Amino acid sequence: MALNIIDEKGTPLDQQRFTWRELTPAPISKLDDDAFTRVRVILMNGIEQEAVRFQHACARMNKELQGPLARVRRVDHHQQTLVNWLLSPDETPLEVTVAYEQVAIEVTAAVAQQEPDDYLAQVYRFGMLEDFDHLYRYSALLDRVEGKDANNITQSYTDITPGRPTEVEHRDPMDDLRHHYDRDTAAAITKLNALTIMAAEHQTRDYYMNVGPIFADPVARQLYAEIASIEEQHVTQYESIIDPGESWLEKWLLHEATEAYCYYSCMQQEDNPRIKAIWERMLDYELGQLHFVMDIYKDVEKRDPADMLPREIPEPIAFKSHREFVRRVLSQEVGLTARGADFVQSQDIAPDEASPQYREYYNRDGSPSSIVADGYIWQPGTELAERRAVH
Amino acid sequence: MTRPTDTGTNRTGLDTAPVQAREILQTVPEQHSEAVPGEQLEMARIRQSYMQDAEVIGTVPPPASMKGAATTAKEMLKGNKPSVFIDKLGERLAFERSGVRLYDAVLTKFDTVGSWDGGPSREELNHIRDEELAHFKMVTDAMERLGADPTSMTPSADLAAVESAGVMQAITDPRTSLPEALHALLIAERADVDGWSMLIDLAENAGQTGLADDFRKAHQREEEHARKVKNWVAGAISGDMARQLSGEQEQRSPRSS
Repeated sequence: MALNIIDEKGTPLDQQRFTWRELTPAPISKLDDDAFTRVRVILMNGIEQEAVRFQHACARMNKELQGPLARVRRVDHHQQTLVNWLLSPDETPLEVTVAYEQVAIEVTAAVAQQEPDDYLAQVYRFGMLEDFDHLYRYSALLDRVEGKDANNITQSYTDITPGRPTEVEHRDPMDDLRHHYDRDTAAAITKLNALTIMAAEHQTRDYYMNVGPIFADPVARQLYAEIASIEEQHVTQYESIIDPGESWLEKWLLHEATEAYCYYSCMQQEDNPRIKAIWERMLDYELGQLHFVMDIYKDVEKRDPADMLPREIPEPIAFKSHREFVRRVLSQEVGLTARGADFVQSQDIAPDEASPQYREYYNRDGSPSSIVADGYIWQPGTELAERRAVH
Repeated sequence: MTRPTDTGTNRTGLDTAPVQAREILQTVPEQHSEAVPGEQLEMARIRQSYMQDAEVIGTVPPPASMKGAATTAKEMLKGNKPSVFIDKLGERLAFERSGVRLYDAVLTKFDTVGSWDGGPSREELNHIRDEELAHFKMVTDAMERLGADPTSMTPSADLAAVESAGVMQAITDPRTSLPEALHALLIAERADVDGWSMLIDLAENAGQTGLADDFRKAHQREEEHARKVKNWVAGAISGDMARQLSGEQEQRSPRSS
């Protein structure tokens, strides 16, 4: 039975707290847990990070909301801690990077298929093909620098082949802005989808900016610099699809609903019982926070928040391999690029337009993503292994 | 309780996900050329261009007193550049100091999970820990006598810590067993033996025969550490193997009878 987020009150905000021990649980196993458990951990870290980021921005613009925001945000911060600390210390930053790209591919693919707005579904497919290429480039780096097989992380769920080449993903900033949904007419799931993917991409941008400089290898440092730039473009793209006419409180409410929706999706599909219990607890916390914000919304905006929220939570995000969908999109849309908010075939863009000019300069000394994957073909056991027959 | 050598649900390879594996193997072309050796890849040229422009990681700090340094260099180091010796003394100092912390972490693990037949005793581990501490103090004294600053981090000290960063990660991970922690420690102990050996040569070349004698004693102790740790690790592995084989025999017996 689907979850009714209006009736389910969750854990009251004043009962939401943790000990330091609870915030630092035993990590998941890099070797034994399912790759989608790690996908969920990374996604939810991004969702919580976005919750904190949004609430800080909101507090800086709304004096009267600073108190309630501080209370909810403190819990979100600790939820993020608990979730992010589930990542295990035997994963190198590059292995975690591979997992981040798996999140970007499989979660965006899921969202692209459930998105009812055709234009926005196209936006997601467009971004997904770029992240798909990043997985291939980072896998080449992992193989050629650390001597490791990226598929040990992705567990055969996700293909490791070129997508839209990263080298041509670099665009003029104005070509990364998109049309936004209309807050009055968009489906609730459209709003949740947009916040989910924006959050995931924003944490990816921040992660690459943090770990890029810890690499000694110049090629790795260059690759992180290049792909972090695309992630910045993706954040630009995904935040622009959200209606800027939403009030601060409306946005806060939608953030809370997104958190609840995502934890619900995690809880429904988690096969590790210890982690499932964490998702369940976090969902109860989010429902409590949602109702806390609903009360504020009623008081301040004098409107019924239920009008903006789905009564029953939508179908969960499908945490599974979307291989066939990704392959189809790859075969049909790899040649797309953007002119302003519209998608066009790359051959229809003239060399003197803004994005080719932008790219021409940035790639002048070579594109690290092309150099690192030069001639790279993923195969099990790294490119140094003997080829393995399909059986 | 599950041991790390037990068979479990490891999902990293192709064989644990045959359906997905068949799918992903479709992306591997039947014919493609062998991997190009790394140094021939385009990325090697990027590395080379950075190497050509690179500056050093850092430098050896000057002695506290330049006057004292000149005297030190002249009287104690017989024309050798003192900074080479100081750099490597700094490396040993830092390595021994970190070594104490490695053994502290191993002792915590020991106190939690205990040892095994033929494994280390607490006294043995603690004894080695104290010897690492004594070596740290010996090098500190040596640096002070040479007019060098034992509180500084020299380039070799910095790099040695980068080299052994994974050792501390492996030992402090609550999920690793005592044999796994000792396996990580073996890397540090083996490197330490060679570090002392090279330091003895440097001390002799610098005319520091007294120091060279001290370092020789430390080198002998470190060889003993490495030998002990290696034996503990080897014993643990063969013990696991023997246990599995006897377990398998026990499992087989009822069926064969």
